[in-house]
Amino acid sequence: MAKLRTLARMIRSKNAGPFELTIDIMFTDQPTYERVKKSGKVSKEFIAGMFQIEPAKVKLFHYDPAYAIKASVPRYTVSGDPDETDVFAGQQYPQLVDLEIPDS
Amino acid sequence: MKEMRYISPTGMIGSGFVESSFKRVLEANPHFIGCDGGSTDDGPYQLGAGKPMFARQACKRDLRILIGAALDKRIPLLVGSCGGAGGKINLEWTWEIVQEIAREQGHHFKAAVIDSEPPREYLLKKFREGRIKPLDPAPSLDEKALREADHVVCMMGVEPFQEAVDNGAQVVLAGRSSDTSIFAALPVKHGFSPGLAWHAAKILECGAAAVTNRFTPDGMLCTIREDEFVIEPANPQMRCTPSSVAAHTLYENADPFLLYEPSGALETDKATYEAVDERCVRVRGSGFRKLPYTIKLEGAKMVGYQSIVIGGVRDPVILGQLDDWIASMKKRIIERIDSIFGQDMKGKYHMNLRVYGRDGVMGPREPEPHRIGHEICLLLDFLADDQETAHTMAASGGHIALHHPVPEWHGLISGVAFPYAPHVIDRGPVYRFMINHVLEPATAMEPFRIDYRRV
Repeated sequence: MAKLRTLARMIRSKNAGPFELTIDIMFTDQPTYERVKKSGKVSKEFIAGMFQIEPAKVKLFHYDPAYAIKASVPRYTVSGDPDETDVFAGQQYPQLVDLEIPDS
Repeated sequence: MKEMRYISPTGMIGSGFVESSFKRVLEANPHFIGCDGGSTDDGPYQLGAGKPMFARQACKRDLRILIGAALDKRIPLLVGSCGGAGGKINLEWTWEIVQEIAREQGHHFKAAVIDSEPPREYLLKKFREGRIKPLDPAPSLDEKALREADHVVCMMGVEPFQEAVDNGAQVVLAGRSSDTSIFAALPVKHGFSPGLAWHAAKILECGAAAVTNRFTPDGMLCTIREDEFVIEPANPQMRCTPSSVAAHTLYENADPFLLYEPSGALETDKATYEAVDERCVRVRGSGFRKLPYTIKLEGAKMVGYQSIVIGGVRDPVILGQLDDWIASMKKRIIERIDSIFGQDMKGKYHMNLRVYGRDGVMGPREPEPHRIGHEICLLLDFLADDQETAHTMAASGGHIALHHPVPEWHGLISGVAFPYAPHVIDRGPVYRFMINHVLEPATAMEPFRIDYRRV
């Protein structure tokens, strides 16, 4: 087992416009990327749990050229609304940082 | 034209760039310079209040260098989403800076100022015709909401830029534009593959963001040819790699394979990324699917005025019962607001009591909502119809928080440490993004008006 933070070169969240939020998990090399991709740990269900939404609302992509896993969800509030906690949505990924990935 | 070269000097006017990097890539004799001037990232305030994201002096410094270079090289300078949000006020703010630069530097040129904030009647007419459609997710929209919005802008595609340059504008100041349209406009006009042109534009729109080591905001040079484009960082100490360029394709987009633009969608599934040398990357194979023309709308509406109080708590006795202390404090604050304003105020204000060090960043999504350290930061915010009401609530709320008791201490405590005097901060008006819709225009130019001006 290894924590995702020791495998990824970057885990980030960010606005994709004011109404959506997107998460990028990027790897330096193909074997590590494939290991995490095949583990299935970064799933629609896992991301949905983070944001307390239905898995059907999660868009999950594997972008092989960048060795990247990407997930997009509707934003928890519209950017800048009165209950906003993170205008750029830049700090909404902590559950991924220590996610345990099994050995390949 | 066999080859077109263009520069994105930085991700956004006002964020800065290294002048020597810019001068270095100018030696490549570019055909145009493009630069984004705005973003919705910082929330609805820029559009709602007509305020810029970066300060005037910072924008002036960047524009002075870019205008000087464009005139010197006799190439167009295209600036999109002027003044942060691209609304009329933001656009005229930028035009005012440009005039000042021209006066100081003795420049004379023809400028195009492209208004992207059409008369509200036009939008209402389109709405009635069913030509304004929701994206997913979108807030509900009706004629009343559309009428009452403070500002609504249309996000332009390549056509207004193309027309402005065709009519001899040397400096193009555009209202709200898609970041990519700035860079795709002229390559598409000159017949380069739209897939490559839009993909290159996506990589360029954030300046040097697609490098492996962006230690400071800086620029990028792009060279587009019949079947490829090549990306080179302006700063000689920065490098692009195939994965850094591919990774930027993901940035700030919901879908990495289909990137929607006004005239269609960029398709990246067949794109290949290959190193030319240590610093440059070649991209091939990007496609473009033409779709019915749509223009994204952005709108902001004022929702009230806000006042806030910030303070810290360090006493282990209070921290040991933090959740209860906060809950009873909140109840006391509501009672005090009721006593000042009466029951009529219920539902007419919005209060937040945030605890940094517990769940301030994630709110209800925080996976560890009960773990705290040896201190926390308390943030109280109050939103009301006018500033005086919000201020009154914050002043009372802050005072109640300061002396809110715990059973263990007998007598009056001061349980909150305020870093500022006065401890109530009036934040002014607060806005909300209230549209996530697209407009189907009769032509790509319909919502936009180009005003040619000479300095």
